[in-house]
Amino acid sequence: MIQQFPKTLIVGPGPHISGADSTSSIMWSVVIALVPAFIFSMANFGWYAGAVTITAVVSAVATEWAIQRMRKVSVTITDGSAAVTGLLLAFTLPPGVPLYVAALGSVFSIAVAKHAFGGLGMNIWNPALAGRAFISAAYSSALFMPKWPVLSSIFSGDIRTLDAVTMATPCAILQSDPAAIFQHYRLWDLFIGRIPGSIGETSALALLIGAAFLMVRKIIDWRLPVAYILTVALLVILFPVRAADGTIAGFWQASFWADPVFVLERSLAHALSGGLVMGAFFMATDMVTSPITKKGQAMFGAGCGVLVAVIRVYGGYPEGVCYSILLMNTVVWAIDNMTKPKFFGERAHA
Amino acid sequence: MRRTFKKGGVHPPDMKERTRDVPIAEFPAPALVMIPMAQHFGSPALPVVGAGDKVAKGQLIGKADGRMSANVHSSVSGKVLRLEEKFTPQGRACKTVVIENDNSGIWADEIPCGRDWRAMSPKEIVEAVAAGGVVGMGGAAFPAHVKLEPPHEKPIDTAILNGVECEPYLTIDHRLMVERAAEIITGLRIIAKAVAAKEMVVGIESNKPEALKAMNAAAAGGGIRVEALDVKYPQGGEKQLIAALTGREVPPGKLPFDVGCVVHNVGTAWAIFNAVAKCVPLIERPLTISGDAIERPANLMVPIGTPVGAVIEHCGLDQKVKKILSGGPMMGMAIADPTIPVVKGMSGILALKKVPHDISGPCIRCGRCIEVCPLGGIASEMARAIEAGAIVDYEHLHVFDCMECGSCSFVCPAGRNLVQYVRQAKEEASYRRELHRKQQAKKQI
Repeated sequence: MIQQFPKTLIVGPGPHISGADSTSSIMWSVVIALVPAFIFSMANFGWYAGAVTITAVVSAVATEWAIQRMRKVSVTITDGSAAVTGLLLAFTLPPGVPLYVAALGSVFSIAVAKHAFGGLGMNIWNPALAGRAFISAAYSSALFMPKWPVLSSIFSGDIRTLDAVTMATPCAILQSDPAAIFQHYRLWDLFIGRIPGSIGETSALALLIGAAFLMVRKIIDWRLPVAYILTVALLVILFPVRAADGTIAGFWQASFWADPVFVLERSLAHALSGGLVMGAFFMATDMVTSPITKKGQAMFGAGCGVLVAVIRVYGGYPEGVCYSILLMNTVVWAIDNMTKPKFFGERAHA
Repeated sequence: MRRTFKKGGVHPPDMKERTRDVPIAEFPAPALVMIPMAQHFGSPALPVVGAGDKVAKGQLIGKADGRMSANVHSSVSGKVLRLEEKFTPQGRACKTVVIENDNSGIWADEIPCGRDWRAMSPKEIVEAVAAGGVVGMGGAAFPAHVKLEPPHEKPIDTAILNGVECEPYLTIDHRLMVERAAEIITGLRIIAKAVAAKEMVVGIESNKPEALKAMNAAAAGGGIRVEALDVKYPQGGEKQLIAALTGREVPPGKLPFDVGCVVHNVGTAWAIFNAVAKCVPLIERPLTISGDAIERPANLMVPIGTPVGAVIEHCGLDQKVKKILSGGPMMGMAIADPTIPVVKGMSGILALKKVPHDISGPCIRCGRCIEVCPLGGIASEMARAIEAGAIVDYEHLHVFDCMECGSCSFVCPAGRNLVQYVRQAKEEASYRRELHRKQQAKKQI
């Protein structure tokens, strides 16, 4: 007897089993990883920060839906990639930004930075950062404030009311008067995130909890963020600066090391401020816009680090994380070409 | 720290528990067998029987067509009904001899015999293996006698037996090692004698402690190293196994000969033993029948040419089955025709109810395909090139070195079937290479 097969049998190419992860499981994992930072943002800046974040996410998802309908491709808003973009964009914005600015930023991120290049997987620049760059160009008054607000006590209300105090961000101080940084902020505050800054960037602790989750899930690799942050921390020590009296000061002088603890702490302050932790663990590691091999990713991270250090020490802009990543995104193709994996047996061949 | 190969690899769930402890049972020869002439890598055998001929069990029915080919024998005694054109499980159409079983089970003359392989010269061994139509039983079905005759300028120092069985579900090599360890070890000694190898190594993954025990016992005191390897797919790949056991890497486009090794599957060693010491040609092979749609999973010794539908009927099929496979879930082929015959290179029949969703999204450049590629290939890049309609740089992308292990497709979060893109790239690249060759020839005229 020969068993007849049901007519519904599938005859597709192998392999006929697959691993656990999917694009959407990866994207939603990133969303989950950003939840601690989201919660902290509302603790630090009040409910309005949450409103900005939700506005950006809704706008990003709606834009994705509209563009995919227009392009007549299948709508993939449930895969989480647009939500990640909206979330990350909001996290780079100041807590008091008008809601329409956040919404417009998301539209730019999704419509121009992502879909104009062909949609998911095809974009060259990180969509969230491209959206942020768009906002800094078009709505600079909403973004660049001499003094940034922070709530005087946790969960105490609306950031736009007088319940908030305003102060200069750590990065601004590090640029204008680095010696005075610890008169304004303690290192511990920088780590916990009780500092003024963009919505999601202030708490290194909350971000690192999420990043640890992504590393355990093997969604991001430690090499890129570690190379990035170490490069910044190292170069802010190594780069010589022109002192007020016009002389060049640098690490080779004995006077530079008069207070070595301060030198290291200042370097750590750089690492913990200006969105570097968020940029290193969540922005630069974006799979689509970073190199494909681990080695390339480490080079990419180091490159970003150099740019941040140059911008912070010599540039006119206090933070530099956004532009460092966007600039490095531009040369990913070259890094990929340089770091092609060696083929099995080629060593023996040569 | 157990050994394994260094580069790439994945860990699919092993799914072997359903048949791991089920002894190999004899599958009764069916009323009709259909024996294809192209069961092996190389040219199809030439049929030497016609409709109406009486054949005995083990009688030659297809003669090897040149060196890169293999003899084919009847797996039953009976009458040849017809020769027809039929597809093999590999999707290759070829002449197939259909034989009606008379159930007498009469062997052809001089089979089986009792021969002392120690008294045979390497040349006689190779001839016996070729006469027995032995091919690689791990899946590739490469004619075994070709692997026993390395070119003179490439001396072999190590004969390796592949008892890795890294494909999920399959347990047939495992059972064979547990039940026929002595015959397999003798097979290895025969192989080593044929290629004049001083070292003999058996590689077995550590998830098969019983097989390790049996093989160690059979190999005791005989200068054979039985090595427990760390579990990682695709360790059963020839190049990966050589790397795991000896640390040598076979360069792209080269063969195990080039690094002084020869690798045979444990099933092949068993078949070589049969062909050399007992004059019994390869007319039956052990199979694992498993998967969540099989009601009574089993390990069976099945005559070559038995329709897979008959074997599945024996084990019971859940009608909710989605895919039926010849071979393992990573490299096996989906089949839909129950009359497709069991062939020499088939290691199992699987029926699965749960298969991955057939959706594929754009590449998100996660790089996992590159990380898991045991050869360091760039499947994602190749896939993009194919999608764009251009494989120009095929030499550089190592298209032809890909063994299609499927690790890249397995891990791809976007569900892209990268192996399929590679297969397409191979087609495209060989077409372009041919075109290029013709243009060059034209220029010279």
